[in-house]
Amino acid sequence: MTPQAVEFALVAALAYVALLFGVAYLGDQRARRGSFAWLRSSLVYTLSISVYCTSWTFYGAVGSAARGGLEFATIYLGPTLVFVGWWLFLRKLVRIGRTQRITSIADLISSRFGKSEALGALVTIIAVAAATPYIALQLKAVTTSYQVIAGLPLDNLDVRVGFWVAVGMAAFTILFGTRNVDANERHHGVVAAIALEALVKLVALLAVGGFVVFGLWDNPAALFAAVPPDFLASDEVFGPRWITLIVLSAAAIVCLPRQFQVIVVENENERHLATASWLFPTYLLLSCVFILPVAISGMTLMPEGADPDMFVLTIPLAAEADWLALLVFLGGFSSATSMIIVSSIALSTMVSNHIVAPLALRLSRRRTRTSGDVRRLLLTSRRAAIGTILLFGFLYFQGSAQSDALAAIGLIAFVGVAQFLPSVIGGLYWPLANKRGALWGLCGGFLTWMYTLAVPSLGEASPLGAAVLRDGPWGLTALRPQALLGLDGWDPLVHATFWSLLVNVLLLVLGSLSREPKPLEWLQATRFVDVFRGGADAGERPQFQRPATSEDLFILAQRILGAEPARDLFDAFARRQGIAKGLPRPTEDLVGDLERRLAGSVGAASARAMVSQIAGREVISIDELVSIADETARIMRTSQALERKSAELEVTARRLREANDQLRELDRQKDDFLSQVSHEVRTPMTAIRSFAEILRYTETLDSDQARRFVAIIHDECIRLTRLLDDILDLRVVEQGEIPVSMDTIDPDAVLDRTLDACEGLSGEVPVRTVRRARATGARVRADPDRLRQVFINLLSNAVRHNDKAVVTITVDSRDRDGVYEATITDNGPGVPDDARERIFSLFSASWTRAAGKGAGLGLAISRGIMHRMGGELTLEPADGDGDGARFRVTLPMEVSARQTRAEMPGLPV
Amino acid sequence: MPTRLLIAEDEPSILESLVFILAREGYDIATARDGEDALDRLRDPKGPPGLLILDVMLPRLDGFEVLRRVRDDPALKRVPVLMLTAKGQARDRQMAEQMGADAFIAKPFSNQDVVRQARRLAAP
Repeated sequence: MTPQAVEFALVAALAYVALLFGVAYLGDQRARRGSFAWLRSSLVYTLSISVYCTSWTFYGAVGSAARGGLEFATIYLGPTLVFVGWWLFLRKLVRIGRTQRITSIADLISSRFGKSEALGALVTIIAVAAATPYIALQLKAVTTSYQVIAGLPLDNLDVRVGFWVAVGMAAFTILFGTRNVDANERHHGVVAAIALEALVKLVALLAVGGFVVFGLWDNPAALFAAVPPDFLASDEVFGPRWITLIVLSAAAIVCLPRQFQVIVVENENERHLATASWLFPTYLLLSCVFILPVAISGMTLMPEGADPDMFVLTIPLAAEADWLALLVFLGGFSSATSMIIVSSIALSTMVSNHIVAPLALRLSRRRTRTSGDVRRLLLTSRRAAIGTILLFGFLYFQGSAQSDALAAIGLIAFVGVAQFLPSVIGGLYWPLANKRGALWGLCGGFLTWMYTLAVPSLGEASPLGAAVLRDGPWGLTALRPQALLGLDGWDPLVHATFWSLLVNVLLLVLGSLSREPKPLEWLQATRFVDVFRGGADAGERPQFQRPATSEDLFILAQRILGAEPARDLFDAFARRQGIAKGLPRPTEDLVGDLERRLAGSVGAASARAMVSQIAGREVISIDELVSIADETARIMRTSQALERKSAELEVTARRLREANDQLRELDRQKDDFLSQVSHEVRTPMTAIRSFAEILRYTETLDSDQARRFVAIIHDECIRLTRLLDDILDLRVVEQGEIPVSMDTIDPDAVLDRTLDACEGLSGEVPVRTVRRARATGARVRADPDRLRQVFINLLSNAVRHNDKAVVTITVDSRDRDGVYEATITDNGPGVPDDARERIFSLFSASWTRAAGKGAGLGLAISRGIMHRMGGELTLEPADGDGDGARFRVTLPMEVSARQTRAEMPGLPV
Repeated sequence: MPTRLLIAEDEPSILESLVFILAREGYDIATARDGEDALDRLRDPKGPPGLLILDVMLPRLDGFEVLRRVRDDPALKRVPVLMLTAKGQARDRQMAEQMGADAFIAKPFSNQDVVRQARRLAAP
């Protein structure tokens, strides 16, 4: 290649990088705006999976074929098997990844085994340890290919190329890989660039193959005729190393952090997987279809000692097909850069989520939990991680630049990440697999890998030293790193794979069986293992959560997701809860969903830790609290209702008691009344019977005596009749139906006539009446006979309830504001205060024993009569003089006809 | 010498009939119109009467009160008492017996009953 061509190659590489940047940028922009739907197609998904084919496969497959015949095919066979059998495993993996918002393989294992922070960190460390040489491998490939195309000797690699590639990739990855922290906002730009690179890789390989088969050889038959004699004579086919390699590559397509990233994390749609299940094997087949021809060509056409790993590039160069060489260079460059980009994205996510975030959380527990922007911390740590990982890769590359074949490093990494496989498969299919088992298995497998493969691979430079490699530590040959327990003579790769996976699986099983899974582990196990049976939703009852305030949750969401997405998320929640404005209620749904969303950013373990910091670690879930609160509210409502009812009942009971008391009182009064009536009836009857007996049985009775006794009998009979009349009147008063015939009368005239009649009666006690002022000319509407009955009752009371030698009754009347008012005052003992109202009641006994003469019905009857006539009968308050009862009779005065007409013109007379 | 007899009764017609039927049996009769009056007449200087006929419903002091005072008074407590009541209830009869009345007659009475009881308690 001419110097101009080399410069052109350099420019082309830079231009290609610029193109990648442009594509990634456009992809990001369009994806954000929702256009470029093809970015989310299954084709792009499948192409992105081809990040599997790194420069190791791009260049190394031919080298492998040249060295070991068909062995290279194993690297394609393993993934092909996995994808063809996608229904068995990948589908479940992707489903879990989507439902649980898994961010990385570390997150998968951590989340599955009780959201363990320790497991996440361990997986991250293993992944970084395994990826570092792998990245170094890519840098080495780019450097070598550059030196090949630049015509520089390969025995002294210029690490500067690798450095600048590392820097460029770091810039690209930081720019497009750490725009956001949420795994669910996929890296569309990066994926678009990766897909482009996948196409470039494939086109380059197909171009080289076509060129070799149809350009250098006339036809395939001629090519295969030139196969060297010992080529493909290896009896290794389907031997232990083959099987091991197939297993390792099958494990790698799942367990490599970058593969997990593109297959699970970047998956847009599960159906894409179905397409990829045939499209990706097709891609692999196309990539490897020309490997043997190229290898054969290299072996036959290239000079002795040429690096078979570089045949892909050196053959076009040797044939002076510069454009093809440039395309191949760009293809190899693509293979290397896409691997570096995706690996560093995946690894940086793991580092930030499983190492930095837990540490930050632990530190921030001492501070207030709402301070600090975790999102910024996560992004910064991811950027720093990308830089660091690439720096490690570069340093490794620098340190081992002159060492073994490329393929060897790739395989070491494969064995390393294969240590995840037992935990992943156990986690997806064995419900009893628990955190302890996973930890033990991973640690054991990792240490075995380090001891038997990774460290010895450094050769003389390994920290173990050559002596240990040869004789075992402390001279214990059973512990020789590459011949554990006397398994000598095995291929180191097979040996290491065998031991590490054996230890791993054994410890996983033993650890898992050594104790019961904890509740959260069990819950996660169910979610993972039974993901297709709704396991993700089964037992949706986290073990923590005390009342979290929506504010706290919102602040947390803001810290992780950023202000805008957090607000969108909470708004969506509020809408779902039917809240138009403000924050949603902190229901279990909200907390659970938020945790899943956060898990998409920081991994399940950290998300759980963060949410737990706010929502607490108590056994009662918010939902339960809410239901408890509901229950409490219901009980309170019920109890309030009961209280109301009880109060009502109490009121009713009190009313009943009062009514009962009243009834009892009435009953007592009725008894008293009957007793009174009985007495009142018996008294005249006693006299009548006694005199009747005298008259009947006394023969010597003179006629005067007889006449007198008959007169007494007659009087007593009249008395009885009056009594019966009273009782009848009482019935009428009781029912408010006293018959009255109203007339316009002068009440004073009635009063005076009554007084005249009383004075005419001679009693045992002299009665003196004092007539005072009169309301002259008063006119009232009344029944004169009934009014007279009232006056008689009052006057007779005045005489009867009197203990004085001379009864004095004072009578007067007046016109008080249109009301006729007459008062009748006696000089008796008056009415005791406690009897003032009782004397008017129907069944009242007389208020003194002395009032034995009469049923005591008079006042009740009189008041009833007055009410009937629109008037009133009251007992005046006792005045200061002490003695004497004063009754007042009032009646509304008749307004004269003329006055009425004057006042109310319209009123008919 | 005829037995002295005090009748305490406020109802004039009943008193008149009692006086008539007992006087012709040969008793020496005094009357009282209320309770106070009855007690006054019981403490007659000539000594207590041989029999007291006492109405329950008397003005000023009722018959039960008069009876209580009679039984509390050493000078009077041996006086036989015949109670008359218009309230012929068992309660009144029981009360009268407990308080030491010697006989109890409900109104309206038959003249024969009164005379028989009076004779039983104090012959004329």
